[in-house]
Amino acid sequence: MDVLPVLIEWLPYLLSGVASTLGLVLVALVLGLLLGLPMALGQVYGSRPVRWVIGIYVWFFRGLPILVLLFLFWFGIFPGLGLGNLSAFVVGAVVLGLRGAAYQSQIFRGAIQSVGEGQMIAARSLGMSRLTAIRSVILPQAMRIALPGWSNEYPNILTDSAVCYAIGVVELLTITSRMVTQTNITMPVYLATAGIFIILNYGGLKVLHRLEARIAIPGFGTGAM
Amino acid sequence: MDQAVFLFEILLPALMQGLVVTLQLIACSAPFGLALGIAVAVGRQYGNPVVSWLCKTFVFLIKGTPLLLLLFILYFGLPSIGITFTAFVASVVGFILCNGAYNAEYIRGALISIKDGQMVAAQALGMTRWQAIRSVILPQALCRAIPGLSNEFIYLIKYSSLAYMITVIELSGAGKLVATKYFTYTESFAAVGIVYLVLVSITTVAVNILEKRVAVPGTTRATAAAQL
Repeated sequence: MDVLPVLIEWLPYLLSGVASTLGLVLVALVLGLLLGLPMALGQVYGSRPVRWVIGIYVWFFRGLPILVLLFLFWFGIFPGLGLGNLSAFVVGAVVLGLRGAAYQSQIFRGAIQSVGEGQMIAARSLGMSRLTAIRSVILPQAMRIALPGWSNEYPNILTDSAVCYAIGVVELLTITSRMVTQTNITMPVYLATAGIFIILNYGGLKVLHRLEARIAIPGFGTGAM
Repeated sequence: MDQAVFLFEILLPALMQGLVVTLQLIACSAPFGLALGIAVAVGRQYGNPVVSWLCKTFVFLIKGTPLLLLLFILYFGLPSIGITFTAFVASVVGFILCNGAYNAEYIRGALISIKDGQMVAAQALGMTRWQAIRSVILPQALCRAIPGLSNEFIYLIKYSSLAYMITVIELSGAGKLVATKYFTYTESFAAVGIVYLVLVSITTVAVNILEKRVAVPGTTRATAAAQL
């Protein structure tokens, strides 16, 4: 059988899978950022109980395989909370995001801690409140320090998003499997998908590295420290 | 059904059987993953341009591809070109490739961090290049790579669950079967999760002890970083 015409025929379908995969990654990254940053602040500046609760959260989400997390939330927790009618896509993206938050919080925590403590003291002595100091002094520096580590979250989440196949999210790998079953072309299809993932992976990283270079302050980079 | 009966006579025995398979997967993958990582890192750093390029491309391709897709290729794809693995072997091969590629990155970083002067000194003492790599550079580099390597080992524990997607009934697969049969999703997956948490936590503690044990006095990470 000729492979190329079949691949071309299926291309729109594959591209819809790419869109779905990128959707998962985007939602997960944003959710991870929105949850991970406050968690990092809580772990550095929070009271003891706050730090303890966040620590447990991070330990839980980093200790479980993504497959088990997906099964647990898709079959167990969300239906148990009465959210059984959520789509697989939403559950997949939320679970990736909740787990990403655990990883991202540690990236941000490290970055916040690497900004010298003296800066907080100096900001406070200038009359800033703790919150103002965090917002206008600590975070602008910490976020730039965190960016290289944060960029690595993208390939991690991209490759993990394929596991959403297990709960039936119609993403790139799911469509690939369907294509293999229906066309009986095996290796070329798998390799094409691998190629797409590789392009998405390194293409995305390239964009992120460009962003890093863009927002870097001259003389103030991870290289100079 | 009685909760206790379900827990002790159905769920736990099934999970223990699954745990044995998970441990087998890890035990078969980790040593070869480490060996592959060392080979690829050394090849990339010290090999001739062709070997170096091959090692670089290997890492590039494996890191760019989701592990689950790699497992599909090994288990569902290769038979179409005449290579057939059992599901267990396909999983182990996939884990070795993946673990090896990531390990290689950590080991390469550690190799680079060993100063060039050591190679020059070793060769000045009459060692060949390979002798110098084997007895001078690698022992130090591997010590420095331990934090990264242990991270990858913990990832391996967690990613071994993906073997279930190609029909290996390991820990999470065993949990899934019980969950589906008895309609006890939350309980079963929570139990599976606890076993993974225990595995990961024990490993973390063990790795920390190992790190302290193998540290050469005066060359701990703190001083290494301070010297940079």
